[in-house]
Amino acid sequence: MLDIKNLKASIGGKNILKGISLHVKPGEIHAIMGPNGSGKSTLASVLAGREFAEVTEGTVKYMGHDLLELSPEDRAKEGIFLGFQYPIEIPGVSMVNFMKTAINEKRKHHGLEPLSASDFLKMMRDKKELVEIDSKLANRSVNEGYSGGEKKKNEIFQMAMLEPTLAILDETDSGLDIDALRIVANGVNKLKRPDNSFIVITHYQRLLDYIVPDVVHVLYDGRIVKTAGKELALELEAKGYDWIKKEVENNVIA
Amino acid sequence: MNGVSEVTGRYLKLYRDNIDKISSISSPYLNSFRSAAFDRFGELGIPTRKSEAYKYTNLNLFFDHDYTGYFLPVDSDFKKAEDFRCDVADLDAHGLVLLNGFYPTLSDKLRQLPSGVWVGSLNEAALRFPELIMKHYGKYAHSDADGLVHLNTAMAFDGVFVYVPEGVRLNKPVQVVDLVQSEEDTFNQHRNLIIVEKGAEFSIIVCDHTLAPKKFLTNAVTEVYVGENAHFDLIRVQNEHNAACKVTHTFIHQERNSVTSSINMTLHGGLIRNSTYHYLGGEGAETSSCGLYLTDKWQHVDNFVNVDHAFPNCTSNQLFKGVLDDMSTGTFNGRILVRPDAQKTLAYQKNNNILLTDDAKMDTKPQLEIYADDVKCSHGATVGQLDENAMFYLQSRGIDKREARFMLMFGFAHEVIQNIRIEPLRERMDNLVMQRLRGELSRCASCVVKCG
Repeated sequence: MLDIKNLKASIGGKNILKGISLHVKPGEIHAIMGPNGSGKSTLASVLAGREFAEVTEGTVKYMGHDLLELSPEDRAKEGIFLGFQYPIEIPGVSMVNFMKTAINEKRKHHGLEPLSASDFLKMMRDKKELVEIDSKLANRSVNEGYSGGEKKKNEIFQMAMLEPTLAILDETDSGLDIDALRIVANGVNKLKRPDNSFIVITHYQRLLDYIVPDVVHVLYDGRIVKTAGKELALELEAKGYDWIKKEVENNVIA
Repeated sequence: MNGVSEVTGRYLKLYRDNIDKISSISSPYLNSFRSAAFDRFGELGIPTRKSEAYKYTNLNLFFDHDYTGYFLPVDSDFKKAEDFRCDVADLDAHGLVLLNGFYPTLSDKLRQLPSGVWVGSLNEAALRFPELIMKHYGKYAHSDADGLVHLNTAMAFDGVFVYVPEGVRLNKPVQVVDLVQSEEDTFNQHRNLIIVEKGAEFSIIVCDHTLAPKKFLTNAVTEVYVGENAHFDLIRVQNEHNAACKVTHTFIHQERNSVTSSINMTLHGGLIRNSTYHYLGGEGAETSSCGLYLTDKWQHVDNFVNVDHAFPNCTSNQLFKGVLDDMSTGTFNGRILVRPDAQKTLAYQKNNNILLTDDAKMDTKPQLEIYADDVKCSHGATVGQLDENAMFYLQSRGIDKREARFMLMFGFAHEVIQNIRIEPLRERMDNLVMQRLRGELSRCASCVVKCG
């Protein structure tokens, strides 16, 4: 599904990603953990096509495409979804109009007719129920006046609507209370299928109590320094990141 | 009249050439204002950019021009205007047409609507309802306003008259289709007077259109009286061609606990200047003054707002937004005056602008004069580009750049449109603004006249 090889990227001349390789198969959930400033969000941005980070080396293959050649909108139409750490408020643009446009652009891309108004509304209803989002939220402007938790739930709702093949959730759990965290995690669990994959970026292990990853990676200083099964997350929670930092530094010296 | 500019001289001459004819058609009471107004105009002249209130607007582009004449209608003009029908889907309104500022029907110059409401020609009303006219005409247009208001008082004699008696709620709005049409370059002036008595409720929609590709200049004054506990909404939709200039001066006088709103929707026009004066003349009065302007090519739109808090416990809210493309320019000047006795005033002002090119330009100026100490006032102005983060957010959901830009511009504009309380009109405005932002002709789809 996704094959990242030796990916390097810089922001304003500063190297942030220093050679990342990652392989995600269909049906897998990967967790990427790491201390602040390790490059987690930059990786998410590069995969979604945000321009502020400049890719200097490496390749990213996604479902047979050279991902880095695609515009952000084409990546989305090909099934990539980025759950934002800080979802953007867009006053005056209704959620209904936003989602209708997004879904119909994607359908057009795949040679499908636009959804009828009634099919679209039914889909909105079903997905709202699926992700347990307050039905009134969908009638407002995109994220405008939403609380932090509502914004994150809205990301999960959009993910449910767009049915991505590869969803990248960038610290979707940060700033959430336990109830909201559960809703976000349940959304992921309900949307998980054998043919789609998730990359869950998180600072804390907490989210992984609800979402069970197949693989856990630790990103530190622009590199993946450790990859293991779900037990790695527990170890990080218990011991923090310092031992990893030490290990890395020792390796460098050795 | 030494020292009078050449431009002002044109209009002094125009007055002298036409005053006899005007006086012979117009009612004696309106005539009684003319000579003093003419003198005052002679002193003030056509505003120049030396005047603070017109610093960024060059009126000479339109005022310094040989208009073929001052428009006085003949019967065949009336007939033409009677054929015009505006057809906003589902908008159930009492329709009126103004042609070059005149109320163009040969008969039925005043119509009685349910519950004793009168609408029609100001000139006719001045003859039929002298007490009402004497009580209100010329009372709200400030004597210290600019020269153009005085030029209007000196020469205008017709326009729309509306009278809504005490306690009457007119459940349909009145829609005025304000047409400019001539085979020659034309200068028009008209004068509207709207009286909404105590406890009454009334909405008026004014649609400004041009119907011929000539150079047009319109200088219009509207006076509105809103009595105690009354409600009044004014929605102005401006859709004129690039060779048209419209200067409007609207004076809204409010009594205690009255609620008003004014919305200027400027979709198109060569040079547009809207001056809106709100006088909160009694405790508990509330007003909202909004505007949306979408400009391109060489267009220039100037909104000047003056909110006068003269009594305690009043609220005012200004919201003006613009999207400027190509080398178009805009101006916003919002004044809030809180007089010494106007304690517990709430006064807010917001002006946000998006410039789509490096050549577009916007000048925005808040002007707060606060002489009371227990007040809450705020103002904010922004001039910027479309939000990059919002663009990326939309693109990351599969919406291409062009569509994302459009959605953001529309969302930005919609914040003003949503203040329109008449639902079919709000929907129509959404559609017109969408078409306008997509660069399509923004005329009403079912309209027989191509006024874009």
